[in-house]
Amino acid sequence: MNNSLTNTARLLGAGLRALLVLTLVTGVIYPLVITGVAQALFNDKANGSEIKVDGKVVGSSLIGQSFNLPLKKGQETPDPDLKWFQGRPQNGLGSNSVNTQYKLILSGATNRSADNKELIQWVKDAKAAVIKDNSVNGYTVKDVPADAVTSSGSGLDPDISPEYADIQVHRVAEKNGLAVDQVQKLVDDHTEGRTAGFIGEPRVNVLELNIALKDLAAKS
Amino acid sequence: MGPVLAGVLQLLALIAALALAYVPLGNYMAKVYSTDRHWRVEKWIYKGIGANPDTEMRWPAYLRGVLAFSAVGVVFLYLLQRLQGVLPGSLGFSAIDPDQAFNTAVSFVTNTNWQSYYGEQAMGHVVQTAGLAVQNFVSAAVGIAVAVALVRGFARSRTGELGNFWSDLVRGVTRILLPGAAIAAIVLVACGVIQNFSGIHEVGQFFNGHSMGGSQQWNGGAVASQEAIKEFGTNGGGYFNANSAHPFENPTPFTNLFEIFLLLVIPFSLTRTFGVMVGSVKQGYAILATMATIWVGFVALMMWTEFAHHGPALQIAGGAMEGKEVRFGVGSSSIFAVSTTLTSTGAVDSFHSSFTGLGGGITMLSMMLGEIAPGGTGSGLYGMLIMAVIAVFIAGLMVGRTPEYLGKKIGTREIKLAACYILITPALVLVLAAAAMALPTPGNSMTNSGAHGFGEILYAYTSAANNNGSAFAGLNADTQWFNTTLGIAMLLGRFVPMVFVLALAGSLAEQKPVPVTAGTLRTEKPLFTGLLVGAILIITGLTYFPALALGPLAEGLAS
Repeated sequence: MNNSLTNTARLLGAGLRALLVLTLVTGVIYPLVITGVAQALFNDKANGSEIKVDGKVVGSSLIGQSFNLPLKKGQETPDPDLKWFQGRPQNGLGSNSVNTQYKLILSGATNRSADNKELIQWVKDAKAAVIKDNSVNGYTVKDVPADAVTSSGSGLDPDISPEYADIQVHRVAEKNGLAVDQVQKLVDDHTEGRTAGFIGEPRVNVLELNIALKDLAAKS
Repeated sequence: MGPVLAGVLQLLALIAALALAYVPLGNYMAKVYSTDRHWRVEKWIYKGIGANPDTEMRWPAYLRGVLAFSAVGVVFLYLLQRLQGVLPGSLGFSAIDPDQAFNTAVSFVTNTNWQSYYGEQAMGHVVQTAGLAVQNFVSAAVGIAVAVALVRGFARSRTGELGNFWSDLVRGVTRILLPGAAIAAIVLVACGVIQNFSGIHEVGQFFNGHSMGGSQQWNGGAVASQEAIKEFGTNGGGYFNANSAHPFENPTPFTNLFEIFLLLVIPFSLTRTFGVMVGSVKQGYAILATMATIWVGFVALMMWTEFAHHGPALQIAGGAMEGKEVRFGVGSSSIFAVSTTLTSTGAVDSFHSSFTGLGGGITMLSMMLGEIAPGGTGSGLYGMLIMAVIAVFIAGLMVGRTPEYLGKKIGTREIKLAACYILITPALVLVLAAAAMALPTPGNSMTNSGAHGFGEILYAYTSAANNNGSAFAGLNADTQWFNTTLGIAMLLGRFVPMVFVLALAGSLAEQKPVPVTAGTLRTEKPLFTGLLVGAILIITGLTYFPALALGPLAEGLAS
C-alpha cells in the first residue's frame, strides 16, 4: 500500500515536471518567438490591420462596424445612416456581460435555427427594410441577396456580397449627391473576387468602400 | 463560376494538398516514433522530467503515464483559471468560477475544447497562452502517443512492450506539433491573424459630420500562435467567442482553406504512419480509403443540403447565410463544418445551429461515428482501428472462422475490449442527454424550441463525449448542471476508451503472429474498405437513429 502510494506520488511528480517543462516550451518560448517574428515581419497585420483616415485610426479593415445615426431620445437601437453603405445585420453580437469595465463587444452568431420564429421575423423585417431603403428615384430593388438579411457567424463580418453593394448604389448616390455611375464604379473597384479564382466568395469590404465614398463625396 | 462549382474546386484543392503531404508527413511521423536517437533538447526535457526515455513500458505502465500527466494537466489548468484574478497579464479579468474552471480544464486536457466561457471576455493572456494553448499541444501529443502504442501492439509480437510514454509525448510536441504550428502561425499572421500582447484596444470609428459609429474595442492576444495549434492538433478552442468565424482568427478565404487543411493533415497522414510501422503501406491505404470515403461523402451531402437551404428562414432569405461569413460563403463553410466534426476539432467558421435541419444532423452524425474519418490527432486512428477489429469480427462471424487482423488473432479478450470501446461513448451521450431532458431546469438553457431545442442538448453531449467541442451554441452551457455533466462526459469519453485501446494494444503485442493463409481476410483490399464503411455506418446508425429522428431528422424533414 505504502509502496503504491510512493509510486503514484513519483508518477504524478514526473507528470508535473513534464507539464512544467512543456509549458515553458509551448506556452512561453513558442508564443514569444512567434510574436517576435510576427511583429518584425508583419507588424501591421499582427496588430489588427488598422485603417487610418487623416492620420486617425478608424477601425480594423477586418472587423465590421456599423454606420448609424446617433441614438435619438428613447431609442434603443439607432437607425442606419443611409448615406453610407450598410453592412450585414448584427443580431448575433452581444454586449459585455462578464468584465463590464470594458465596452468590448462579444463576437458571435444568433444561433437561431432555420425554423425559429424570431429568426423568420428578423429576416422578413430585414428584407422589407432593404427593399424600402434602397428603392429610390424610380429604382426598385427586386432581388435581395441572402447576406443582406442574415447575421454572420462572428457578428463582425467586414464584407458584403457585391450583389448587396449593387442594390445600395442608387440610394448612396442620391444621399450623397453623386452620379449613379460614379458610385457603381466605386463598388466595382472595391469588389474582390474569389482568391485564385475559386477560393471563398466575392466580397466588398464595407469600411474601405465607405472611406473611398467619403473621398469621392468630398471631391465633388 | 457559380458558388457550387467553386465549393467543389475548393474540396478538390484540399484533397490535392492532403495527398501531397500524405507520404512525406506519414513517413516522417513513423520515423519520429521509431528511431532510437534523441535530440539534444529532448534529452534536456527528459532530464527535467526525470524519466528514462528508453525504458519500454507494458500497457498498464503506459496508461499510468497518460493518466498521471493528464490528471496533473487538469489540476494545473484549473488552478491557473482560479488564480487569474491575481495573475499578471490578465487584462484585469477576474478568476473563473469553480464549475466553469473545472469544465474548461477538463475540456482542454481531453482535446475537446468545449467552451462555456466567452474567450474575449473571460481569459487573459496568461491563461490563454500558458494554459489553454499548452494543452492544445500536449493533449494532441497524448492522442498520437496512444495511437502509436496501439500500432506497436499490431507491429510487435511476443512482447508486451508498447514503447515509452514520455518519449512519445515529448517527440510528438518537439518533432511534429511545434515545428508544424510555428510554420502555420507565421502563414496565418501574414494573412492578417493578430499576434501581439497588447491590452484592450480602443479606436474611434469612422466619423463624418453627423454620422458616427462611436468607438470600438478589441483585445490583443497571441492569436496566430494559438490558432495554428488549435487546428493542427485538432483542438478547436477559439481565442474569441466566434471561434474561426472571427476575422482575427480566420481573416481570408485562403486562411479558411488552410485551417481546414491543418486540422485534417495529421489524422489522414497517420494512416501512412500506421502502414509503415506495421510493414504494409497498403494496410494504411485501406484505412485511408475508408476515412476519405466517409469524409468526401459527408461533404457532398452537406453541400447539397446547404445550397438547397431548406427551412423557413433560409427560404425567405434566399440562401443559407445565417451564421456564415460572406468571405467563406456556403461551399467553404460546408467543408469546414464536416471536417471539424469528423475530426475531434470542433472549431467553427460558421454556426452549425443555423445550418439547415439536415445539415445540423450531418454535423451530429459526423461526431457520432466516433470521430474516425479521419478523426482527431491519434484518436482518429485508434478509433478507426477499433472499428477495423469489429469489422473483421463481423466478417469472421459470416464465414465461421476466427477473425484476425494484421496477423493477430481477434479472440474473446480483444473483441470484448473493442466492444467496450464502442459502447462507452453512446452510453454517455444518450444517458446524459436523456437526463438533461427529463430534469426540469436544464431545458431552460435552450435558445430554440421543439426539435432543434432537443438538438442543442443532444449536440452538447455528443460533442463532449466524443471530445469534439463544437456546439449548437444557442445552448447556454454555463450552468452548474452543464459545466459538471459535460465535464464528466469529456473525461470519461476521453480516458475510458484509452484504457481499452491500451489494454488491446498490450494483448496484441503479446501474441505471436498468425501466418497468412488462403482463408485470411485480405484487409488491404477494397472489399474490406467497403465492409468497414458499412460496419461504421450501420453500427452508429442503429445506436443513434432514435435520438437523431427526434432532433435533426424531425427538423429537416419538416422543412
